[in-house]
Amino acid sequence: MSAANINLKLKIWRQEGPNVVGNFTDYDVEVSPDSSFLEMLDELNNSLEKEGKDPVAFESDCREGICGTCGLVINGQPHGPVPKIATCQLHMRNFNNGDTIWIEPFRAKAFPIIKDLMVDRAAFDDVMYAGGFVSVNTGGVPDANEIPIQKDVAAEAFDAAACIGCGACVAACKNASAMLFVSAKVSQFSLLPQGQPEKYERVQQMVKVMDEKGFGSCTNTYACEAECPKGISVKNISRMNRDYLVSKAVSKTV
Amino acid sequence: MGWLYESLNSSIGKKFIMAVTGISLILFLIFHLAGNLTLFAGPEAFNGYVEKLEGIKPIIRIIEVPLALVFIFHIFNGVRLWWENRKARPEKYAVNGQSKNTNVFSRTMIYSGSIVFIFLVLHLATFWVAFNFTGEPHEKAYAYYGVVADWFQHLWYVAVYVVAVILLGFHLNHGFQSAFQTFGWNHKKYFPIIEKIGTIYAIVMSVGFASMPIYFYLNGGS
Amino acid sequence: MAVLNSKVPDGHISEKWTNHKFSIKLINPANKRKYDIIVVGTGLAGSSAAASLAELGYNVKAFTFHDSARRAHSIAAQGGINAAKNYQNDGDSVYRLFYDTVKGGDFRSREANVHRLAEVSNNIIDQCVAQGVPFAREYGGLLDNRSFGGAQVSRTFYARGQTGQQLLLGAYSALNRQVGKGKVKMYTRKEMVELVVVNGKACGIITRDLATGEVEKHSAHAVILATGGYGNVYFLSTNAMNCNVTAAWRAHRKGAFFSNPCYTQIHPTCLPVHGEGQSKLTLMSESLRNDGRVWVSKKKADMRAPGDIPEDERDYYLERKYPSFGNLSPRDISSRSAKEAVDDGRGVKGGEAVYLDFRDAINRLGQPAIEEKYGNLFEMYETITGENPYKVPMMIYPAPHYTMGGLWVDYNLMSNLPGLFVLGEANFSDHGANRLGASALMQGLADGYFVIPYTIGDYLASEKPELIPTDHEQFVKEESEINDLVKRLLATNGEHTVDEFHKKLGRIMWNKVGMARNEAGLKEAIEEIKEMRDSFWDEVKVVGGAEGVNQTLERAGRVVDYLELGELMARDALERNESCGGHFREEYQTNEGEALRDDQNYTHVSAWEFNDVGDWTHHKEDLNFEYVKLATRSYK
Repeated sequence: MSAANINLKLKIWRQEGPNVVGNFTDYDVEVSPDSSFLEMLDELNNSLEKEGKDPVAFESDCREGICGTCGLVINGQPHGPVPKIATCQLHMRNFNNGDTIWIEPFRAKAFPIIKDLMVDRAAFDDVMYAGGFVSVNTGGVPDANEIPIQKDVAAEAFDAAACIGCGACVAACKNASAMLFVSAKVSQFSLLPQGQPEKYERVQQMVKVMDEKGFGSCTNTYACEAECPKGISVKNISRMNRDYLVSKAVSKTV
Repeated sequence: MGWLYESLNSSIGKKFIMAVTGISLILFLIFHLAGNLTLFAGPEAFNGYVEKLEGIKPIIRIIEVPLALVFIFHIFNGVRLWWENRKARPEKYAVNGQSKNTNVFSRTMIYSGSIVFIFLVLHLATFWVAFNFTGEPHEKAYAYYGVVADWFQHLWYVAVYVVAVILLGFHLNHGFQSAFQTFGWNHKKYFPIIEKIGTIYAIVMSVGFASMPIYFYLNGGS
Repeated sequence: MAVLNSKVPDGHISEKWTNHKFSIKLINPANKRKYDIIVVGTGLAGSSAAASLAELGYNVKAFTFHDSARRAHSIAAQGGINAAKNYQNDGDSVYRLFYDTVKGGDFRSREANVHRLAEVSNNIIDQCVAQGVPFAREYGGLLDNRSFGGAQVSRTFYARGQTGQQLLLGAYSALNRQVGKGKVKMYTRKEMVELVVVNGKACGIITRDLATGEVEKHSAHAVILATGGYGNVYFLSTNAMNCNVTAAWRAHRKGAFFSNPCYTQIHPTCLPVHGEGQSKLTLMSESLRNDGRVWVSKKKADMRAPGDIPEDERDYYLERKYPSFGNLSPRDISSRSAKEAVDDGRGVKGGEAVYLDFRDAINRLGQPAIEEKYGNLFEMYETITGENPYKVPMMIYPAPHYTMGGLWVDYNLMSNLPGLFVLGEANFSDHGANRLGASALMQGLADGYFVIPYTIGDYLASEKPELIPTDHEQFVKEESEINDLVKRLLATNGEHTVDEFHKKLGRIMWNKVGMARNEAGLKEAIEEIKEMRDSFWDEVKVVGGAEGVNQTLERAGRVVDYLELGELMARDALERNESCGGHFREEYQTNEGEALRDDQNYTHVSAWEFNDVGDWTHHKEDLNFEYVKLATRSYK
């Protein structure tokens, strides 16, 4: 800890509002290598505010890599150069004195920019409203140990359920496809016995809304998996493909 | 049938079309290469092989129609996907990190595919048209081998051919495993094997198809 | 005293809830759709309440200031959730969970509420499993449990180190289902900035849209606040950046009593502060203390590297002071001991940190065994600090983590303001002066899934279905006051940023209303906060405008509330002349430095009524301990 400060040039995307043309603005900052990436932006904002200038709008909340609120594209990579962490977990010791860092928002038609580095990811929630649940009401459910679930099946369902909904998969995909996000939820329920009764209905509804929201199609480049802060596997996409195709073939709805 | 149209037009449906047509073309290439390898056995073998196909011409014609449709669907759907997917990100990144999170084969499918398509047109124009529609019938028996041997004397043609089949290999290397992923057959144990088979297949196809023009060019047509 | 009626039902503790459910009023299913309910907050308590109420047929409007309901800070809970399932056959029962929770809360919670919590704990697990929450399982396919601080049984259900995430996503999925059905109207990026009270009843809220800046009015038959705790008053805490007290505090200003604000939990194993730019603190799971040994140098300001400090110059202070519990002593005790060492100048290199050393465990069990147990935590530590904890000891320090205090509620979870209900961390009810590990998740879900769906009917049954329209004069008045507040904040063109004020307040709170408090310090804190509050309105600088995104303005509004809450916390701490749980008054300790409760004079809940800024009336609700005998907690 407490190594010498480093100097960096930041090129940050500034855009005043949703339908305004944006551009990059340069900032020179000096920062402790122990500081986190977002703390660097906090400090920049604090100094901008002192000068009476508009601070850079960006989102973050838990700063522990679990809430999924933060998400910046840093030098072309969602959540930056270190794999399997969210932007908030990225620390400045991963950069060198004199580096230039490009900071952009997640870019996708389905994620319109609200301001600067803030985007609207409501499309994710809309997909969830369509089927990201098991239809059980509160109360009247069987005892928790009534249904044994194989340990490795539970673990695989957990791996899918670990998705934090940050949208890095969409940001990384050259097609801005949301397949990894959607398939993670579809897979969780497709694997577990609780999800079986609605398995086919669910996948059809969720894919339908996903398509309506303007995400691109998956072309199996697997950039999503490489950039996912939680390491969600593209096997989930494969599983969703299978569920979807089978559901279309066997379901009785015409 | 509305449901079918709707299903195939969904994002997953479009992938499915790519995968089904892709796998069909992968199978076709195996037969195509196997047949063409008779070139190495000399004019008689190759001409004999073509003659045999001529002998069952009606059947070939019937196969050619779906094969053409498969090509058309694959190409049309591929271009459509590329076009639609471009629209899913209207504003591009200033710095693009694709080289850090994808491999070159997967992100260049549209380019490798397009070049292979241009080659396909050239290929059909030079061989398929010649074999089927030009040249005197009684001369054909000799001409099949001759046409091939002649074309492979042109350096530019050989070069185009070799470059195209290398790109075809790139295309197949991604396409092979990608089809399995799309069908939902991504399994922890078996998928790595599928990926290896795909790479081997792609190399065999590239080397196989490239070997002929190079062989003829180096041997001066004999 | 008459002001506060806890409405605890009669009968034996184990029958109170059952009797109560029978005796409270019901609304027939066809009539439920005539009632609108506002739920503010979409964490465990808010999501589960919104979903369950919508399932019953009520029209629910759910509000969150996040971009999605799933971002609520419940998501960051690591450890697990308690339930009295007794799946491990180790003698657990509803009564034991009840007993442990009352004792863990240092006898400052309401017995009947805690018993109900223990009763419904089992239903929560059933509910979550039915929703597809992937809890950890044994090889036989049944649910796994582990043990947690303050309990001698294994009753904690968990999903790796992400239990909060999985439970929240479960509640979120139930909420999504109702949004899809149109029974819940979801409002995202809308921060509640005012409670609207008409004829003494809560009947709506004013919100500010954080994307557009628009101020909006929403009316309903009842308002539920599930808006979390106030730990961010310290600026640095393990709470998320946006956690705030605004919703609860504005309701307090409108008449809802605030209870026990001085009960704050300081978690012992967090990563130390790295510098001035630090934005928040990160928790390291308490489970690390199973194998890690906590120590500092015996010398003051010892600048040597940890590896150069010989064994006989190390002070394993927890093992020395509490031989039977050692490194696994409860949170409050461990935190305080770390502070003592640091105050004595014996922290790491004289600074604010102590060592958590795995050297002996690695030598004993081998690195692979440690890796298997704590691999992800060690990785997280290295990501943040850049140091390899397999080679050098971890550095940890306590940090504000949870707040037991909150808005006062009765047994129905209704505040003293009719129509205003408060759930989860935002209320004060179940944890007393100290919360046990894995109990926060339990309480949030208990309130939302299994308590409020019953108890809200008791209130609504006597309410007419007519809604107070949002053009009612009170709504209009509140709306314009919020617009005025925004204008005032933007007009004050001072020299200091909002964060500078917040950090300064945080330092006062941490130093004087933190892990250990004393009369003189508390009085100083009150004065300093008052001064700060005055200077805030002259010196703060909030750039930008009222329209569109203005994150500085958002934070400014929250700091305004912290500046009032901070004073109340200090006053409450000053009034409570005893040490209990998370509230440690230096004047009240045993000869051995342990917390000294005063059951004679302080077996009550403090409830503060807001009169004006800096002016409160103190009310008390007496606590009766009929089933758990008052006793001194000992961990020696």
